[in-house]
Formats: sequence, C-alpha cells, structure tokens
Amino acid sequence: MQEVAIIDYGMGNLHSVGKAIERVAPEVRVSVTDQYERVRAADRVILPGVGAMRDCMAEIRRLGVDDWVREAVEQKPLLGICVGMQALMATSEENEGTEGIGMLPASVRFFGHDLREDGQRLKVPHMGWNQVFQAAAPALWRNIEDGSRFYFVHSYYVEAEGNANLAGRCHYGVDLAAAVAAPNLFAVQFHPEKSHDAGLQLLRNFIDWDGSL
Amino acid sequence: MSLARRIIPCLDVDKGRVVKGVNFVEIRDAGDPVEIARRYNEAGADEITFLDITASHESRDTTYETVERMAGEVFIPLTVGGGVRHVGHIRNLLNAGADKVSINTAAVHNPEFVREAAERFGSQCIVVAIDAKRVSGEGEEPRYEIFTHGGRNATGLDAVEWARRMAEYGAGEILLTSMDRDGTKSGFDLGLTRAISDAVSVPVIASGGVGNLQHLVDGVLEGGADAVLAASIFHFGEYTIAEAKEYMRDHGIVMR
Repeated sequence: MQEVAIIDYGMGNLHSVGKAIERVAPEVRVSVTDQYERVRAADRVILPGVGAMRDCMAEIRRLGVDDWVREAVEQKPLLGICVGMQALMATSEENEGTEGIGMLPASVRFFGHDLREDGQRLKVPHMGWNQVFQAAAPALWRNIEDGSRFYFVHSYYVEAEGNANLAGRCHYGVDLAAAVAAPNLFAVQFHPEKSHDAGLQLLRNFIDWDGSL
Repeated sequence: MSLARRIIPCLDVDKGRVVKGVNFVEIRDAGDPVEIARRYNEAGADEITFLDITASHESRDTTYETVERMAGEVFIPLTVGGGVRHVGHIRNLLNAGADKVSINTAAVHNPEFVREAAERFGSQCIVVAIDAKRVSGEGEEPRYEIFTHGGRNATGLDAVEWARRMAEYGAGEILLTSMDRDGTKSGFDLGLTRAISDAVSVPVIASGGVGNLQHLVDGVLEGGADAVLAASIFHFGEYTIAEAKEYMRDHGIVMR
C-alpha cells in the first residue's frame, strides 16, 4: 500500500489535507506525522504550512524537517502547500528577512500595503479564488482546465518573472508563482485541499506523479 | 481584476442542528449541518460559514465533532464562529478542520485576544465579526457603532475605527453585519459596507439583509464588499448559488 506522509510540525490544518487525499486516493494510506522514520518510509511527502514563515521555519529547523525534506526530494515526490511552498525557497522578506530551506533559489516577497491594479487598491491578504495558468509540469495539471480557479490566502508571494521553476502563474497586482516545479518537487501557493474539484484533481495527480518533469 | 468575489452561505447551528432548517429538494436531513454544507459545496458555494449560536460550554464538543465531519465532506474553506473566547477554542476548531475562526464579542471585551490569536495562528485564519448599527439620525453624517449580544448592547465603539483597529491587530478578514438590516431582507447597509471596506486593507464580507440577488450585486459594486454572506435566500431555495453567480456575472462581477 502506498503511503503519503504529511509532515506535522505544528503549523496548520493538517486534517483537511489528509481528508482530501483520502477522498481522491482511497487506496493510499495517509499518515500525519512528526516522526522522521515515517517520512523516510513514505512513498510521497507533503509539506503544508500556514501562518508566518518565520514561525514555520523555526519549527522546521527545531525538528530537523529541513533535512527530511532535502533527503525526501532526492528519492521521492514532495508537495509543498502555501507557506510549505514558501519555506522551500531561499529567503523571505517576512520579519525583516527569514532564511528558507533553500530547495529553490527564489525569494518570497510581500505584496505591500498599497497593491494596486487599474488604479484600484487591492486587499491584502490575497484571499479567494483566482485563476491559475499552467506553465510547466503537465503531469500535475492532468484533467485540470488551464485558467481554473484555486483558493488562495497569503500576503507573501514568489515572483513569476524570471522564475526558472515556474509551473503555474497567477495575477494579483503582480505576476506571482502559483506553482513551482523541479524533479520530485512540486509546490503550490494555493490550497488544493480547499479548491474543490480542481484542487482534488491536483492532489490525485500528485499521487500519480512519478516525479519527473 | 481576476480574483473572484465570493458567495458564502451561512449556517446558524444550535446544539449541532441547523436553525430553521433548510428547504432543499431531496435533502435527507434538513437539520444536519454536514449534509447542508455538502450540498452547498456541490452547488458551487465559495466558502461556508458555520455559526454556533448556542456556543455554551456543553455544546463545544458537539461543534468540534460537527466541524470534523464537515471538513471530511467539504473541500472549500470553512469558517466557524460563535462563542470563541480562548486560544484553546481556536486551536480545537482548527484541529477539527476549520480554516478560519470568527471572533466577535471576545474581541470587544479583550481586543488583545485578536492580536494574540493572529500571532499564534496567523492572520489568514482570524476573522473578526463586527455587528454594527447606525446611531446617527436622519439627515446627519452617518455614524455606526459596535453592538454585542445580537444588537442589544451598545459599546460606544465607532465601527470604522474599530474595524481599522482590528485589522491592525491582525484580523485577516472582517465579517461585517448590519444589525439594522439583519433579517429584514431589505438589502445590505451599503453606506456602512462602503465605509468599512474603504477603511481597511483586508477583505470585507458583507452580511445582514439580503432578500434578493440585486442586493448581492449592490453589496459588491456599491458597498465594495469582497464577499457576500447570505442565509435564508439560499436555505429556503428562493435562489440557488448558481443563479446568484450568474446574476452577479451578468452585472460585470468576476465570479468563480
């Protein structure tokens, strides 16, 4: 039986991710775990995260999750969600500069307090359903229409412009990376577990993904 | 702008049962919040709000259990409110599967609670519910105040100032209810909605008074709301979520 480990480092609603995987992949065993052994034994790994990246990174370092993630990506597919995606980057502007795990070279930026589009002020956090345009990693977008809407909630973002790992693009005052990909590594800024049919399909695709691009 | 405005049906739940029931075709149990949430999820609702109106000590466990069942069936965001007073309540609701927690009276009694909650769990999951009532007379400059206990208790707090302060303390979203309009079906208080929406940089959900689909359009276009919350027009089957979305789309509003 295939096993998916959802890393529990005390940040976020892990129940929803687990339930969504169980819904789309009843054949898979889901374990929500803070144990290295379980993560090592799993066939796939999910790194969730909500809240402030500084707090997430503090827990990630304290538990050694950064090392688990590096080791996992050498061997099997890993999915980062929301702050779990941001944590995979090199640095973040949050809290006057926070260092990430550094799996990908990008940095995480703040939307700012005066985000505008067509002269209109945009609310921050970017909260709600926005369109995602697929850029790479077609295996993860299988059976998902280009431009489908996913549920976002975040105040920091990874730039789409010049991002060599860009897999999905979204526009909210700026062009942001909705998804990034590398071999064995896929990460999304939105919440697939809260994005209804399109999100559930993406989770299914992750379960089927062989990790190649 | 490509971000869609949201339609949020709201369930008032008392001891694990939806108050007033819901008039859906072929619903197995019109009082079961999980069944109703599942139907709204399928119908295209953008989020669900669950308001525990008893919120007594004894009903807490029922709420956690209901939220947990709901989270296993509903794959859109779920906000839970009602009697949230302690960090422990928030933790339990999030662990049960809520995505956001709504704080109302406790914020008025202890504003620092909002700051503490946002620092602990992140602004993205902290909604501050504001119940406001117009206190200025006819012809005067409109002024709104915060009320608690279903609009019975005045607090003397100016609604616009309060919303600004709550956003500053870390609220990620404001759920704004007009106590004058709630239950009247005469439409949102658009002046209030616009005043709050312009005052804060976080999203605002308009609530209270929806009686028809034009009210939803007005809430967005005139009130500047990022999301609209309604209960009875959907519960009693007067309109479907799909009809509401189509109507709003026809009026130039981006919908999912």
